[in-house]
Amino acid sequence: MTQIDTLIGDASLTSHREAPPAPKGRWLSAYFGTPGNALITILCLGTIFAVAKLVIGWLFVDATFVGTPAECKVTNGACWPFLSTKMRYIFFGFYPFEEQWRPLTAMLLFLGACVVSMVPKVWGRALLIAWIAVILPVLYVLMAGGFFGLTVVPTTQWGGLPLSFMLSFIGLACALPLGIALALARASSLPAIRILGVSFIEIVRGVPLISILFMATVMLPLFMPDGITIDKLIRAQVAIILFAAAYIAEIVRGGLQAVPNGQVEAGHSLGLHYWQIMRKIVLPQALKKVIPPLVSLFIGFFQDTTLVTIVGLLDFLDTVRTAMRDPEWQGIAVLEGYVFAAVVYFIFSALMGAYSRFLEQYFRTSHD
Amino acid sequence: MPLFYDARIRAYLYQVIAVGVVLLIAWVMFSTASANLAKQDIATGFGFLARQAGFVITETAITYEPTDTIGRAILVGIANTVKVSLLAALLGTILGLLVGIGRLSHNPVLSRLMLAYVEALRNVPLLLYLLLWYSLIISTFPPVKQAIQMLPGVFLSNSGLVMPALHWESGFSAMVTALVVGIAAAASVARILGRRRVVTGKDRPIALIATIALLLPLVAALLLANISVTWDVPELGRFRLSGGYHLRPEFVALLLGLTLSVSANVAEIVRAGIQAVSKGQWEAATALGLSRARTLKLVILPQALRIIIPPLTNTYLTVFKNSSLAIAIGYPDLVMVSNTIMNQTGQAIESIAIFMGVYLGLSILISLVMNWYNAKVALRER
Repeated sequence: MTQIDTLIGDASLTSHREAPPAPKGRWLSAYFGTPGNALITILCLGTIFAVAKLVIGWLFVDATFVGTPAECKVTNGACWPFLSTKMRYIFFGFYPFEEQWRPLTAMLLFLGACVVSMVPKVWGRALLIAWIAVILPVLYVLMAGGFFGLTVVPTTQWGGLPLSFMLSFIGLACALPLGIALALARASSLPAIRILGVSFIEIVRGVPLISILFMATVMLPLFMPDGITIDKLIRAQVAIILFAAAYIAEIVRGGLQAVPNGQVEAGHSLGLHYWQIMRKIVLPQALKKVIPPLVSLFIGFFQDTTLVTIVGLLDFLDTVRTAMRDPEWQGIAVLEGYVFAAVVYFIFSALMGAYSRFLEQYFRTSHD
Repeated sequence: MPLFYDARIRAYLYQVIAVGVVLLIAWVMFSTASANLAKQDIATGFGFLARQAGFVITETAITYEPTDTIGRAILVGIANTVKVSLLAALLGTILGLLVGIGRLSHNPVLSRLMLAYVEALRNVPLLLYLLLWYSLIISTFPPVKQAIQMLPGVFLSNSGLVMPALHWESGFSAMVTALVVGIAAAASVARILGRRRVVTGKDRPIALIATIALLLPLVAALLLANISVTWDVPELGRFRLSGGYHLRPEFVALLLGLTLSVSANVAEIVRAGIQAVSKGQWEAATALGLSRARTLKLVILPQALRIIIPPLTNTYLTVFKNSSLAIAIGYPDLVMVSNTIMNQTGQAIESIAIFMGVYLGLSILISLVMNWYNAKVALRER
């Protein structure tokens, strides 16, 4: 919900043209060419200087680098000891302390696998099988334990950054097939199936994510038969999947509409039936077109997983918040945690944004 | 089975199966839910809306007392949601338009500064920003006991800004009516004069005449209606400030967070929209001797508007839905009020159904209004 809508909005603005050309001249005239321009430059530089002074002052000049909470209290700047003492909790939550190498290994393995998978050249069936058959099981065993002598860690103790990654990644991975199915349902010629698809997509897109999370955590237990309880983490994960699917469906619909109808007709004339046409002709072309907006969508999801903290799951933002509420540090480290979390989110989001732009460029030059 | 291979029969069959599965799931969920509710002794139905609410809502856009009904409390929540979303959308659009234009400036310092602004806002979760602004406000300003008195009657503390408020004894509705009449008059005068300028070519001071048309009804109301106003000045008690108008940190943090997030998105939309207008339009306007600012205002923006409206609709829908993050910092919007009701009455299904219904209805309303506006500005093909 947060960034997702706008990212889709941006994706629709595909007709980029060059910006009006800058007036030619010496480079200085771009900064101080006219009195108005000079004023703008000076004002901007002043703003940058003021912000930089504030930030550097807080981060370094007035900061406490080593010490106790009491020492942090007397200075006005950032409290670095808070971050260094709380770092492991912020990253891994209540995961058993001695076992925290496991989420760390899992996270590094996951990020490494992601980086490798980001190269378009390695895309293919083998990669998909590697993820499903090797990477995900290994990650699960690392996190949950129970095999190879690893102690079992229940999901209630999972937390921090690995949880945020998991919620967003599994969310998107499971939502993708569901979203494609919904997009096909929406484009179907069968009225009942179309109506079901449209209602699901529009209802989910018309309400905030938080309401779906509430539904999953508060309402769902009421719908369960006696004695069956579903893990809170899984309930939130299902909510995210359903939410993501509706947004993915809208993106995929755009891709489907971009495939000329002649492709479907050609398939019919070859004697292929609906599923063959979709699987072998339409979807490959449609999905290729929507990969860049899907990556943008993923950035939105990664940021939106922060909302699970409202329904009481210990994601990265929540471990930061609870660390700051620690009585020992309360009222001392007020901003440090948030600033740190903001930096972490910024790095991952900006990297994925750069990747999305790379993909857009890649598809523009190498195909079509 | 030749019948099964008939395409039309199969189409019917698929649809019957799909609808049947959905209905079956709905029925199973409904029956287990009603069994569970009966076992846990939770009432069902919407009768609870008429019961007394009994809880305090700190911020009320419409009058409310704890003795009012739960239904009234939900209305307060809706009003609060609408208030903060409307304000954020309005302020964010203005700010975003400026930032978006700044992004395209020839001045490299300005355009990079604006890029940094947009990237900083788009790459960090909104919820994180809300919490950050909120704790900044709370930790920067002193507690109420040591509230800073900025002007007589204006207090700034970590529970917000308190200032004297106008209290209307009478004549409030007359002033509101006058204001509405004035705005309508000013708008129609400006429109008529603008049209006449196109026809006759004579330039009249339209802005001046429109301002007079706006103020005239207000002056008339001031003179004719029986208006009495008292000032409600806040007083500093031992633990809290009483009276006056109270601008709370929850509201300010939420408004700030939403406004900034809207502005970053609007900036990107405006930039893309302006860039999508063809270069020839710039060159033609320059050839006619128009300055860069006038080109932007008279030639580029009206054309960019057509590209901008659909994604802008998305942004407005997003800010409306994002206002539900209010619950994280304690601003009593629809979701938070519903949550309180849910905890008090235990009627989770009804409460969630109400707020989801309200969001869905208002989302559709926003879409309709924006689609209508889009159709109005769309290029009319000749």
